[in-house]
Amino acid sequence: MSKAAASMTWRKKDDIASRPWTGRKREYDLFKELTVGVIVMGLLTIGLAVGFGSPDESSVTLKAWAVAAPADFVATAAAELGGSSDTAGYGAPYNTTADASQTIGPIDLQSLSGVQIPINTAVDLVTAPLSVQSNPPSELAQWNNASPDQQAAWATAYSDALTAAYPPDTRAGEANFDATKVAAGDYGPVPALATGLLTMAQTGALDGAIQNEGGFFNLDYTKSILFLGDGTYFVGLADAAHLTGDQWGMMNETGNFPGQSWLWLFSFWYQVPGVGDASNADILVVGIMLVLTVLLAIVPFIPGLRTLPRWIPLHKLVWKDYYSKR
Amino acid sequence: MLATLLALPTDITGGTYFGFGNFQIQSGNLIVIVVMLVLFVLALVLPFPGSGRSK
Amino acid sequence: MTTTLEPETANKAVAANAVVAPEELHTWTGKTRQWLIKVLPSDKLLPEGQPSYVASWIYVFGMGAIASLVYIIISGVILSLNGPAWYHVSAFGHFVNSTHLWSVELFFITMVVHLWGKYWMAAWRGGRVLTWITGVVSFAVSIVAAFTGYLLQTNFDSQWIAFEAKDALNAVGIGAWFNVANLGQIFMWHIVLLPLAVAVIVALHVVLIRVHGVVPPIDAGQTDAQLTETTGARTQGVAR
Repeated sequence: MSKAAASMTWRKKDDIASRPWTGRKREYDLFKELTVGVIVMGLLTIGLAVGFGSPDESSVTLKAWAVAAPADFVATAAAELGGSSDTAGYGAPYNTTADASQTIGPIDLQSLSGVQIPINTAVDLVTAPLSVQSNPPSELAQWNNASPDQQAAWATAYSDALTAAYPPDTRAGEANFDATKVAAGDYGPVPALATGLLTMAQTGALDGAIQNEGGFFNLDYTKSILFLGDGTYFVGLADAAHLTGDQWGMMNETGNFPGQSWLWLFSFWYQVPGVGDASNADILVVGIMLVLTVLLAIVPFIPGLRTLPRWIPLHKLVWKDYYSKR
Repeated sequence: MLATLLALPTDITGGTYFGFGNFQIQSGNLIVIVVMLVLFVLALVLPFPGSGRSK
Repeated sequence: MTTTLEPETANKAVAANAVVAPEELHTWTGKTRQWLIKVLPSDKLLPEGQPSYVASWIYVFGMGAIASLVYIIISGVILSLNGPAWYHVSAFGHFVNSTHLWSVELFFITMVVHLWGKYWMAAWRGGRVLTWITGVVSFAVSIVAAFTGYLLQTNFDSQWIAFEAKDALNAVGIGAWFNVANLGQIFMWHIVLLPLAVAVIVALHVVLIRVHGVVPPIDAGQTDAQLTETTGARTQGVAR
């Protein structure tokens, strides 16, 4: 038996791997194997489903949020009015905000699409829903007639006062919103609009009002989800369930159910300082994962990486029968 | 039924996590990964029925 | 109609390299047929045997993944026919949702073990690089399909996943068109486009395995007992 090692290249050459096998065969019933496989996997699937079930935590409605964390809701509503929320400053595809995009050097993919899903947080999330009520707050007129500068001044002042009265770190845990705790100041109609939205949300009317902005059959939940995410309550729930990015959240599931363990490497990069906490973390991680996936696909072309199976010969276990009977 | 759909999400449970510092792995995921490794090792070492017999 | 050899005879003639003039086919259809029969004759597509070295438990995991896929699709069809909110309010729906989750976990478990096995067996040798590539692509497409499935849960998890995932997609500029918060659009991706993509790529992958055969052991030699003792064995080529 020659000791010359066969190459690990993918290329078709004049060797045994490249030619049809002309050697000994054994009976192998593909359809029978497939049938056995289907039966075995079926039993496993049903067994696991019966034994463990599946997770199903109820959605967070705007009503649930407003009832559980009213201070957080009011603060978020004020931020949406004033354009200081994360959504308001997100940039493409929701709005135009300077320097909001995630970039790698001069490469700015985020802005390429333009504003395809336009969201005006003050209107879409606050004033429009308020105005569809049968008895809209009278302060809406004052807001709508004010100049953008005046609106910004009112809203910013109120947001600052709210931050002082209800710090972001703890406000999700506040069971009540006490307007008297907020320092007095020149906030114009903002407090009335924000608390008016709170009341509307607590009755359950806001969920429908925002969704119906897209029509009766609207299946696009962008506005509602962005609104939820701008607050600390929703994010806090995810944090408690180990679902945030810096907790390997991408691969986790609530409870003890397995999540998407195959996303382990994607999640990993969000734990790396300098990558995961960068302002352009997402484009960095997506870029890294695209490169790694392509590398995995072209392993047969990569010398060294394709030769590793020879140096760590697990294949000797796979084919131990063959090697022992040569 | 409506209550189920609109219930407050108090049923969001954190689950059991193992690990140290920044590296925390959830019990479900850990089991799945261990199962993969165990199956891989078993597949390599368990004897396979001899030739001539179909599976 | 021209007189042609019966397909079986033609196959055997081609396979035995007998001195038979190949048919002169002139149409695209005919030439394609000829090529297909040459590359994948029916006894190669559905053989009754495998090379003797296909004798390890590692070989069952590819089939295991396909078997899991059967249950993913069955449970998925039931879930989608009843609409995405059904399983919250129906005990049977919840059970079907559970089978969908666990068949997906089993699918990935078997696929990953299959991937590990194929890497350590260097299964791309002998011109099998497309088999490897289609395997990696089906892995990647399956991950995307699973991700869209999580978005369809219509519960807290899908709200959170939509909220987080939008950042990755927006950062690379496609979030405007691939809107993870748009249930209608994601439904289309998850129950039509991505399953079709998975099915097509997996089918291609399986066909490629049938075409090239299961890769022989690393360092298999022409002088090995398994190759020299069969009747009609050809000693074609010597250089290694």
